[in-house]
Amino acid sequence: MSLLSFNLPLAALLPFFAAPFAAWATRYNRLASAWVAGITTLLTLALLFPSMAFVFAGETIIQQWSWLPSIGFNIAFRIDGLALLFALLILLIGLLVIIYARYYLSAKDSMGRFYAYMLMFMGSMLGIVLSENLLQLVVFWELTSITSFLLISYWQHRQDARQGARMALAVTGGGGLALLGGVLLLGHIVGSYQLTDVLASGDLIKGHDLYLPTLVLILLGVFTKSAQFPFHFWLPHAMAAPTPVSAYLHSATMVKAGIFLLARFFPALSGTPEWVWLVSSAGLITLLLGAYVALFKHDLKGLLAYSTLSHLGLITLLFGFSSELALVAAIFHIINHATFKGSLFMVAGIIDHESGTRDMRKLNGLFKMMPHTAVLAMIAAAAMAGVPLLNGFLSKEMFFEQAISASGTPLAIWTIPALVTLAAIFSVAYSLRFIHDVFFNGEPIDLPKTPHEPPRFMKIPVDILVVLCLLVGVAPMYLISPILTVAVASSLQTAAPEFSLAIWHGFNIPLLMSFIALVLGVAVYTVRHRLFAWNEKGLHSLDGKAVFDWLLWKTIRLSKKVTDAFDQTTLQPAVTWVIGGALVLGIITFFQFNSPLIGDRVMMEADVITLLMSLILIVASLLTVILHHKRLVALIAIGVVGLIVALGFVKFSAPDLALTQLSVEVVTIVLLLLALFFLPQHTPQERSYIRFTRDGVISVSAAVSVFFLAMAVLSRDYSPISGFFIDNAKPGGGGTNVVNVILVDFRGFDTLGEIAVLALAGLCIFAMLEGLKLFAPTKDVDGLVWSHDPHPPIMQTLTRLLFPLMLMVAVFIFLRGHNLPGGGFIAGLIASVALISQYLANGIDWTNERLRIDMHRVIWIGLLIATLTGVVSMFIGYPFLTTAFTYLTWPIVGKFEVASAIAFDLGVFLVVVGATVMILVELGKLSHASHHIKQEEVN
Amino acid sequence: MEWLIASVIAVMTGCGVYLTLRARTFPVVLGLTMLAYAVNVFLFAMGRLQVGFPAVIDPAAAGYTDPLPQALVLTAIVIAFGMTAFLIVLALKARSELGNDHVDGLHRSEDERKATRHNTKTDSERSES
Repeated sequence: MSLLSFNLPLAALLPFFAAPFAAWATRYNRLASAWVAGITTLLTLALLFPSMAFVFAGETIIQQWSWLPSIGFNIAFRIDGLALLFALLILLIGLLVIIYARYYLSAKDSMGRFYAYMLMFMGSMLGIVLSENLLQLVVFWELTSITSFLLISYWQHRQDARQGARMALAVTGGGGLALLGGVLLLGHIVGSYQLTDVLASGDLIKGHDLYLPTLVLILLGVFTKSAQFPFHFWLPHAMAAPTPVSAYLHSATMVKAGIFLLARFFPALSGTPEWVWLVSSAGLITLLLGAYVALFKHDLKGLLAYSTLSHLGLITLLFGFSSELALVAAIFHIINHATFKGSLFMVAGIIDHESGTRDMRKLNGLFKMMPHTAVLAMIAAAAMAGVPLLNGFLSKEMFFEQAISASGTPLAIWTIPALVTLAAIFSVAYSLRFIHDVFFNGEPIDLPKTPHEPPRFMKIPVDILVVLCLLVGVAPMYLISPILTVAVASSLQTAAPEFSLAIWHGFNIPLLMSFIALVLGVAVYTVRHRLFAWNEKGLHSLDGKAVFDWLLWKTIRLSKKVTDAFDQTTLQPAVTWVIGGALVLGIITFFQFNSPLIGDRVMMEADVITLLMSLILIVASLLTVILHHKRLVALIAIGVVGLIVALGFVKFSAPDLALTQLSVEVVTIVLLLLALFFLPQHTPQERSYIRFTRDGVISVSAAVSVFFLAMAVLSRDYSPISGFFIDNAKPGGGGTNVVNVILVDFRGFDTLGEIAVLALAGLCIFAMLEGLKLFAPTKDVDGLVWSHDPHPPIMQTLTRLLFPLMLMVAVFIFLRGHNLPGGGFIAGLIASVALISQYLANGIDWTNERLRIDMHRVIWIGLLIATLTGVVSMFIGYPFLTTAFTYLTWPIVGKFEVASAIAFDLGVFLVVVGATVMILVELGKLSHASHHIKQEEVN
Repeated sequence: MEWLIASVIAVMTGCGVYLTLRARTFPVVLGLTMLAYAVNVFLFAMGRLQVGFPAVIDPAAAGYTDPLPQALVLTAIVIAFGMTAFLIVLALKARSELGNDHVDGLHRSEDERKATRHNTKTDSERSES
């Protein structure tokens, strides 16, 4: 098996595995987590490296494993040109951001948390771009929503960070749900969730009745993620994140995920009028809105945020044009935007970091203090404005060209180019503002810090990105052409169209548009003060956040109203609804039942003893209810019920159950008695007769329904599936006690789950009782003082004598379990009873001194043994938890059987002992602690 | 016999439901325990009632009972114990945190009768401590 058969999933998952290490490394060295993150990124790049040659040769590599074939869910990864381009953007810009963030974060910020989130986010993004299975893609998509939430809210103490993160999560998470719906529809139409199949069935999808809903749902996912109008409002509020996060999320990754999906689904969904209208109008509006608002933002990052919106709108608009060359321009602009916007965010971060503010009304004339940074910012901003010889110019020219050629209809002939030029004018104006307002324009106004150049390594990532902007701008053919060609080809699923990346195309209309944009952009900037004043009056108040907050508030109020109407915020009505609802549903089903209620199976004659026992059980149950105000009496009554249930199991051929029930009964009663000591001894009477009547009616109808249900089943014959278990218990499982063989072998996975639940219950109880102090009463219900002699000698002596005997019984029951009634569960319970009786009779101190075993350890060793038994069989090539057994012949003992199931049963035994003893001893300790308090108080 | 067992299950269910709907934690725990008994016996009875047929392979056996419900119920009994233990400790924790054992954490619900002699004492003792 070569690396090329599994490097893709490894690359997507490696950051997730590294994340805990990044968090953990920071304990030893503050900078260690940055190293972990950086090295992980390099390793991931190295993992993808072997695939690159194939991708550049135009191949698509798919690596897949079948997981849930019945619903079409495979674990499947793919890499082609488009995926490689995005993976490189994610990893390379990620690497630069990791270096940059190491200098950006202050000593107060937790490095470990930052880099752990960062790595998880990187892994999620890689998962999206490398997914072949669409359901898997949606999973990673949601993961980016969650991890970006964590990143945006990194400064948890800040309210704006929390609100911004919550809004981003609500919008993008909601969009993710829509995307899931869209993908499910797509899978329904195509009959497969594999991307290869979906991309090959473009005509089928576009001709299908469900095309429009599918498209709308997928576009909802895209527009929310890529912040397209009308879902754009979350992005500016996400600027509350640390600047490295903004630089990463809003240049190369998070918001590009939506764009990526447009490129990915291009052959499957694009080209229809619906696509053109929906995608282009969202793109165009976002392009204009972002460019316009960006000019008026006084916050550096706010300006960049709206400019990001505008550029995302530009890319979306290009996809909306639906032509092959527009796709080339779109993908080219994705690369360019990632480089110049990434560097500009980093510059904004440097300015904020060094001067203490991001307000452009205060920041002026910084050129003298940080000339190096200023030059970098100028080049990047010029690229953003589309100045010739920079990368932004090239893609913008291509964009203009497409805008002209796409405007086919006479009406639109001048509309789209005009609007696009308008956006470009604003783009020039705000780029100019970013430079002129910050680095020139007079002297700074009361800055919190005196700015100076940042540390060298903080600038290096910016250096690299800016140099890239320049190089791509000067020599696009050599740098970008190869990757762009394969990316476009894999996005189109055909050969890439002819395109020219030359700097000079001669005098044409796009060049004229660029020229107009540059000249008018400068002009707009010079009259900006008048525009600011005008803007303050008018459009200023237009904010999507207000609408969002209003909607959120309304939704919360509605859901609260509904909830309150049902449960009135108290438990009793809530339980009534649950039980009543189940009853109504059950009773409805009864009435839909057509055959006679009671079947024709020959019933058994009742014998006198069973009749008597049942009567006692019924009386004891009723007594539990009638006397439940006297809690101790009720407890005794319910004990009787449990015992008779155990006897019933004996009568009806279930010795295993009888043994289990009996030992559980003992443990439960001891437990409830211990707890009762700390609870009031009486339950106050409830007054509401309405409630009595209601509860009475519900209980009686539950009883009647259950009676008929049981009768309907018991009076009919059936064909059980147990024949298989009985036939195979001995030859397949190596044991004659079928119940035990089912537990440890046939249904061993269930049992593993069940002991895990028991272990969890034990641990939760331990956690809840930790540090709990309860008032321990000195007198009982009747005012009698509790005895201070807790350990009567007769009981002490007896239990000590019985202890080895009880343990021996437990071992006996355990060993014979596979062949005769018994097994790990029962033996575990018996051993627990043996241990607990020692604690009860001799006290916790005495017993702990002699029994130095930590029950936590017993639990985890038990779970480990049970799991390992299963894993071992996997290594030998059998499914998880397959039993192996063999026969040995020893002298004297004779021939006997050894089954690996006994190891599993040992695990069960240990977990049961560990959990049970821990629960009871912790509860016992509580009374111990409380007694001590009382003693101290008395003294 | 079937009538008898069905009645037993029915009574245990009814009592369990009634107790589960009560306002204090201890009866609720008892109610859930009772419901667990009812459910276990019900599941067990789904294998039909068999007298004198073991679930152990034996060449001399005349027939076998259905071992599957038994295996299911065996783990169910143990899990029910885990749940009861969890609930009762939750009740203790609630009492310690909220100072009373009402399911909603109310000090004294308005639809309960005036407390009995014993409860008054317990409450006053608690406020002293």
